[in-house]
Amino acid sequence: MLKVENVYKTFNAGTINEKKAIQGLNLHLEPGDFVTVIGGNGAGKSTTLNLVAGVFLADRGKITLDGQDITKQPEYVRAKLLGRVFQDPMLGTAADMEIEENLAMAYRRGKRRGLSWGVTNNERELYFERLKMLDLGLENRMNSKVGLLSGGQRQALTLLMATLQKPKLLLLDEHTAALDPKTAARVLELTEEIVTKDSLTTLMITHNMKDAIHYGNRLIMMHEGKVIYDVKGEEKKQLHVSDLLKKFEECGGETSDRMLLA
Amino acid sequence: MTSILLAMQGAVSQGILWSVMALGVFITFKVLDCADMTVDGSFALGGAVSAVMILKGVDPFLSLFIAVAAGMIAGTVTAVLNTKLQIPILLAGILTQLALYSVNIRVMGQPNTPLNGVSTIVTILRDITSMQKSIITLILGIVIAAALVFILYWFFGTELGSAIRATGNNEYMVRALGVNTDMMKIIGLFLGNGLVALSGALVGQSQGYADVQMGQGAIVIGLASIIIGEVIFDFLVSAFKFKLSFAHKLLSVIIGSILYRLIIAIVLQLGMKSTDLKLLTATIVAAALALPVLKSKLPSSKNKKIAA
Ligand SMILES: Nc1ncnc2c1ncn2[C@@H]1O[C@H](COP(=O)(O)OP(=O)(O)O)[C@@H](O)[C@H]1O
Ligand SMILES: [Mg+2]
Repeated sequence: MLKVENVYKTFNAGTINEKKAIQGLNLHLEPGDFVTVIGGNGAGKSTTLNLVAGVFLADRGKITLDGQDITKQPEYVRAKLLGRVFQDPMLGTAADMEIEENLAMAYRRGKRRGLSWGVTNNERELYFERLKMLDLGLENRMNSKVGLLSGGQRQALTLLMATLQKPKLLLLDEHTAALDPKTAARVLELTEEIVTKDSLTTLMITHNMKDAIHYGNRLIMMHEGKVIYDVKGEEKKQLHVSDLLKKFEECGGETSDRMLLA
Repeated sequence: MTSILLAMQGAVSQGILWSVMALGVFITFKVLDCADMTVDGSFALGGAVSAVMILKGVDPFLSLFIAVAAGMIAGTVTAVLNTKLQIPILLAGILTQLALYSVNIRVMGQPNTPLNGVSTIVTILRDITSMQKSIITLILGIVIAAALVFILYWFFGTELGSAIRATGNNEYMVRALGVNTDMMKIIGLFLGNGLVALSGALVGQSQGYADVQMGQGAIVIGLASIIIGEVIFDFLVSAFKFKLSFAHKLLSVIIGSILYRLIIAIVLQLGMKSTDLKLLTATIVAAALALPVLKSKLPSSKNKKIAA
């Protein structure tokens, strides 16, 4: 499904701020893989997702998704293959537009946008049903501005938007990190529900090791721009947070407070 | 007394013709969130192109369309400088505006073009209807403004229009949803400056001449109109509790533009020097823009915060 082959990315090359963020990354995802990604601050997790999404291009290496070479494709072109939810709840939705307008934007991901009406009545029914599944009462507020929603509601909506057109790959970058624990748990539950229902191939970054073990069928740990640990299936299920911490320290990583929170 | 009424009527017609420019500024500044400084130049460009076309024997109505096309090209230049060549939008607009000064003089062959003795849309309609010039300007302005509100309301409700609105709101999201945001900005500036040039052409024809200086300060006048309209509609919304739709916002721009001209007419009647008007306009805009900041600094105000 996704193939990242020998990818490198350096920021601000040749300046004093040079940062080798990704250094020879290899990653292959099978269709239906739900992979959790962990690693210390600055390990290159977000950069990996951004490279796949095309926020910036790789310096070297090749990225293929669903058989297409997307290495050099602009972000908006490969967007037709990808669903994305960001860490910041503000990033995934347009605050000054209505809930249904946001959904309508997402419903047309990867399609040509012409001069037909922006939201049709048939769509409204679909949105109503989908919003109802979130169980947040948003289905009765379809004409409310998204800016009026809480962070958790916005993340749930973004998740729905990212999956409204079934993506080849779903990219989640610490999408619950900015939420309070209860809301975060609810959004994670929803994530699993949607991913399972549509058997979506998913990359989910999390800083919570328990979540990383509990969710998905595969777990990878990143360090200094590379994958340093990759487990799946039974072996992954048997993991404990302490195993991950040990693994992390073996590679010379500083166990940050943030990771211990898990 | 009649002189005051006449001044008021003139102000309303001027306000409507200039409101077309304000609608253009609304599209770039408000809808697209692009501080497009091309406006001063594209306004004069519209006036110049239309005037020169008329002198060359082109039908005055047709000259409006040519003026719009010229404005659209100017907007596209700014948009391409910004999106493809990565020049900050503010600078890109200023560069185009500066270049347009020379272009406009080239177009006219001189710094201004009088339309004495040739027919304009205003004189043509006067000959048909035998109404007063000022009344014709007023009706013409109302018809055009109403048509534009209708067309813009439709356009920004379409898939493409929604994508442009969303680009102004959250570019990051829109790109993630597969929209070429560069293209949205190009279309937005293209449309916005087309309207600005249309306004320049209408104003030029109604006053009977085009001048390279005629667009000076247009951006700030446009912003002042938008802000005045916003204030009025905020008040109406809180008084009558209705939902502010996009159509209301378009309408508010036109009403704001008319009120702006009325305010100017009144202060002139009260004896203000016309050369002080730019100071007044700048002060209105600065005060209105500073208002939210000043309000939030008052201890009594309730800060609306989005709960996480
Ligand atoms: N756009 C950017 N410009 C410069 N440096 C960046 C950029 N994005 C990430 N980096 C740097 O690359 C490294 C990896 O960052 P990131 O992938 O965000 O880490 P994380 O694993 O915490 O998500 C960090 O040192 C970060 O400072
Ligand atoms: Mg990160």
